Amino acid sequence: MDFLYARSWDEALAAKAERPDAVPISGGTDLMVDLNFDRRRPDALLDLNGVEEFTRWERVNGHVRIGAAVPFTRIINEIGSLVPGLAIASRTVGSPQIRNRGTLGGNLATASPAGDALPPLMVADATVEVGSVRGERTVPVREFFTGPKRSVLEPDELIRAVLVPVADGPQQFAKVGTRNAMVISVCSFALALHPARRTVAGCIGSAGPTVLPTPDAEQYLEAELADRRLWDSRAELDEAVATRFGELAGAHARPIDDVRGTADYRRHAVAVLARRTLQWTWTEYRRAQR
Amino acid sequence: MSVPTTQRPTGTETATGRLGDITLLPDGIPKVTGDFAYSSDLWMDDMLWGVTLRSPHPRARVRSIDIGAALATAGVTAVLTHEDVPGSKYYGLEIADQPVLAVDEVRYTGEPVAIVAADHPETARRAAAKIVVDYEVLDPITDSRAAMSPDSPLVHATPTQDHYPGGGNILRHVRIRRGDPTLTADVVVTGEYDVGMQDQAFLGPESGLAVPAEDGGVDLFIATQWLHVDQRQVAESLGLPEDKVRLSLAGVGGAFGAREDVSMQIHACLLALRTNKPIKMVYSREESFYGHVHRHPATMRYEHGANRDGTLVYVKCEVVLDGGAYASSSPAVVSNAASFAVGPYNCDNVLIDGYILYTNNPPCGAMRGFGAVQVCFGHESQMDKLAAALGIDPVELRIHNAMAEGSLMPTGQVVEGAAPVAELLRRVKDAPLPAAAPTDSYDLRALPGGVSNTTHGEGVRRGVGYAVGFKNVGYSEGFDDFSTARVRLEVVGGELVATVHTAAAEVGQGLITVMAQIARTELGVEQVINQPADTSIGTAGSTSASRQTYCTGGAVQAACEAVRDGILAMASARGLSVEGAALRDGKIVAADGAAVASVADLLGEEIVEETREFHHRPTEPLTRDLGAPGDIGQGAAHLQFAFAAHRVVADVDVELGLVRLVEVTTAQDVGKALNPLSVVGQIQGGTTQGIGLALMEEIQVKDGKIRNPSFTDYLIPTILDTPPMQVQVLELGDPHAPYGLRGVGEPPTISSTPAVVSALRAATGRPLTRVPVRPEHITGT
Repeated sequence: MDFLYARSWDEALAAKAERPDAVPISGGTDLMVDLNFDRRRPDALLDLNGVEEFTRWERVNGHVRIGAAVPFTRIINEIGSLVPGLAIASRTVGSPQIRNRGTLGGNLATASPAGDALPPLMVADATVEVGSVRGERTVPVREFFTGPKRSVLEPDELIRAVLVPVADGPQQFAKVGTRNAMVISVCSFALALHPARRTVAGCIGSAGPTVLPTPDAEQYLEAELADRRLWDSRAELDEAVATRFGELAGAHARPIDDVRGTADYRRHAVAVLARRTLQWTWTEYRRAQR
Repeated sequence: MSVPTTQRPTGTETATGRLGDITLLPDGIPKVTGDFAYSSDLWMDDMLWGVTLRSPHPRARVRSIDIGAALATAGVTAVLTHEDVPGSKYYGLEIADQPVLAVDEVRYTGEPVAIVAADHPETARRAAAKIVVDYEVLDPITDSRAAMSPDSPLVHATPTQDHYPGGGNILRHVRIRRGDPTLTADVVVTGEYDVGMQDQAFLGPESGLAVPAEDGGVDLFIATQWLHVDQRQVAESLGLPEDKVRLSLAGVGGAFGAREDVSMQIHACLLALRTNKPIKMVYSREESFYGHVHRHPATMRYEHGANRDGTLVYVKCEVVLDGGAYASSSPAVVSNAASFAVGPYNCDNVLIDGYILYTNNPPCGAMRGFGAVQVCFGHESQMDKLAAALGIDPVELRIHNAMAEGSLMPTGQVVEGAAPVAELLRRVKDAPLPAAAPTDSYDLRALPGGVSNTTHGEGVRRGVGYAVGFKNVGYSEGFDDFSTARVRLEVVGGELVATVHTAAAEVGQGLITVMAQIARTELGVEQVINQPADTSIGTAGSTSASRQTYCTGGAVQAACEAVRDGILAMASARGLSVEGAALRDGKIVAADGAAVASVADLLGEEIVEETREFHHRPTEPLTRDLGAPGDIGQGAAHLQFAFAAHRVVADVDVELGLVRLVEVTTAQDVGKALNPLSVVGQIQGGTTQGIGLALMEEIQVKDGKIRNPSFTDYLIPTILDTPPMQVQVLELGDPHAPYGLRGVGEPPTISSTPAVVSALRAATGRPLTRVPVRPEHITGT
């Protein structure tokens, strides 16, 4: 196995162009498990730990631009108030050791439907900055995933940063696992309210081939909120509306039976999580007025 | 003989502490800091690495094995198959039915087929992948109840000598009948219960180092639970006399029963003798799931009949255990399951059938609780169900039927010594309950789901559940269960030093501390050195069955008494009056408390050394004559019984099926707490292992294949799943046991599982007849 090392973005792109088969490694929290279990035998690794800019975040035009190698612990501690949904999800990632090493870029590149950070990025309308020696482009997270553990990344491309809009309303994330810590998601749900646009966005994790948006549920809820003038009145949300929203969200799940749970349970649990996260975000929205 | 670099060359000195004192484990801090040398850390400069090629099929005939390409790989020194096993090609704890390397058929996924030695583990793995095995794949036999049918194909075409006669795949059928099970009762409840396959989930994978010796023998440094039973099996397969196969205990990273069977021991020795080089083998985590036996999955059918006042009239139970492909300790496990099937209750009319089956599933064997765990989930679920049917408080129903000193087991055995079932139950019931969850605020860490943020209090119901269980301490059914200890007293550099030598395996439970405490107490000496455990001394028996403090503790006590007698004889020979004297603080102390002499002065250059065996009281095999009239399955099969009771308080998110245990209260009689800190540690750890079985721990097997061989998907409780524990230790004293002690390690594992499920039932109203309970069982989706 060859071991490549880059000190800058340009060096990393050059190395990746020369060796598209090289697997990038930063925190290694997914990749090293694969290597240890002998699931992957890459011919080369590209170590990105020398690229300092990957570990930085900055505020840019109403966004937080998060370097690909910013670990979850820093997202929680340093920018949690700017991207609350992502921060809640980051707290559910692995163990403290994993959160210290695991990165947002790695979560995206692995493209697992169980990637905890992915649903909150979806509902926040985040975009991914990717690049290669051929040039750079930005891809909305909503268009980033093409299948289980597959994304639009070309073999010579690397993730540079993630642009996450600063939250414009309440955000929530909830994840079901079969123990109370350090567990891979059985299913999860992220929700964001966008009061200025009067829209909502939901996203299902770990109950389909990729993370899944929930357009039917969103349209239903947006219509109810508009018809009942709830954005303005900030009145209590009818439990029946929340329940219906949950059911519609659950209907978007495309789960399977596996060692972590059954498809039927996942569909049910997504509906419960969607209902609850809606009530939590709505309660927060109501309180924000007072 | 050269010694590998991590072998502790001198003994382990424990700090201080006499019997009854809180005494710290000498290896505790090194284990936390990472300095402790485990068997996987063994190293010799010229060593080679051994790896194992395993069957990908649960059942297949082996037509041929082509090792040519593997052997031709650069760096590879040896590739061995069954043809290279010079001695017995089969091994086993009780029944030698397991091939060292597959002969003509593989019977479970992961069965070893060939072994490779190379100068690098990666080279060895790549070479193993080049071995071509021509398999004729057969349909696996994976349903244990279907395997009972006379029409079922056979896992073993040729039954072994201990095989249940004419029983097809039935490895052993334990039939217990006492009284009149044809009676009728006012209230009858029936139930069917299932227990999934739990893993011991020790952290140190199977590993060791085999070093060829100049005398044609081999020295094996190994993490095991019983050096001498490994020695016997290794020697038989190598075709060597036992004195040519010498074993030394390497650092053990947990055991819980999973190190009773041989894993890589014979393989490493075969490769060492073939290559004439030291051979290191270390299983990966995934391989480890295939490399040791697991807890038997069980299906159980129960029928309880009771009078209106709650008195049990009869109990019927059928328990079917899936033994997997090979016998391991299964015959003893099913005997236990049958013995304890009713629970610690009086019942004069019993009908119990315990079956253990051969299948093509992973082999199952010993795990903490050993057969008592499965049936405890059954009988305690039944007691809750019966209490509900009768409208009696479930704890009161248990107390009403509780076994006590003098009670009869289903096997007719009289329960001797304290059997404080009612008191244990009262204690956990009377313990203060934790405060109710706050309603005006929430802390995610205290809620089901934890920081995964699944509820802020919605759907959360609290439930309280109880269970009590018991099991045997020591080996049963007539086994001559004993241990050997050598104790030496001498003056080293002006200091009196006692050295204790046994072959007993310290697997983390704290025996080395207890041995030193005994020597300190009996010999009145401060400095005690535990010599490393090896086979240069007689057997200590297994670190199993909660027996090591009883048996090896008893042997150390006996050897210390002999040493003391030797010292007193020396003193007497010098004209000192030692009638009724003891050794205390380095002195011979007369019965009146006066110091007679300094032991160090008396000894001078002399050494007093004594070796003693401790045999526990004999037990009887259960009567097996199935054709005989009258009661059967009878006999005083067990040495000692140990009891524990649990109360569990659980918060359950009934909409999502997620659980947060609020608190567990345990009461256990330990006879005498030799090291109170270790006793509490054992109770906490055992309880947690039972919590794991209740809520998450299961090896999922489908079509004979393990679907989750990793700690990513085989979940064990984290500290956030482990609630605060109130532990109440009773010391009621067993007059037959050394120091009055009672085995500690297993009882807390037995009743914690049903107590958790009982709490979940109370919170949810669901029947919950299977463990582990999965979220979908609670939500009904």
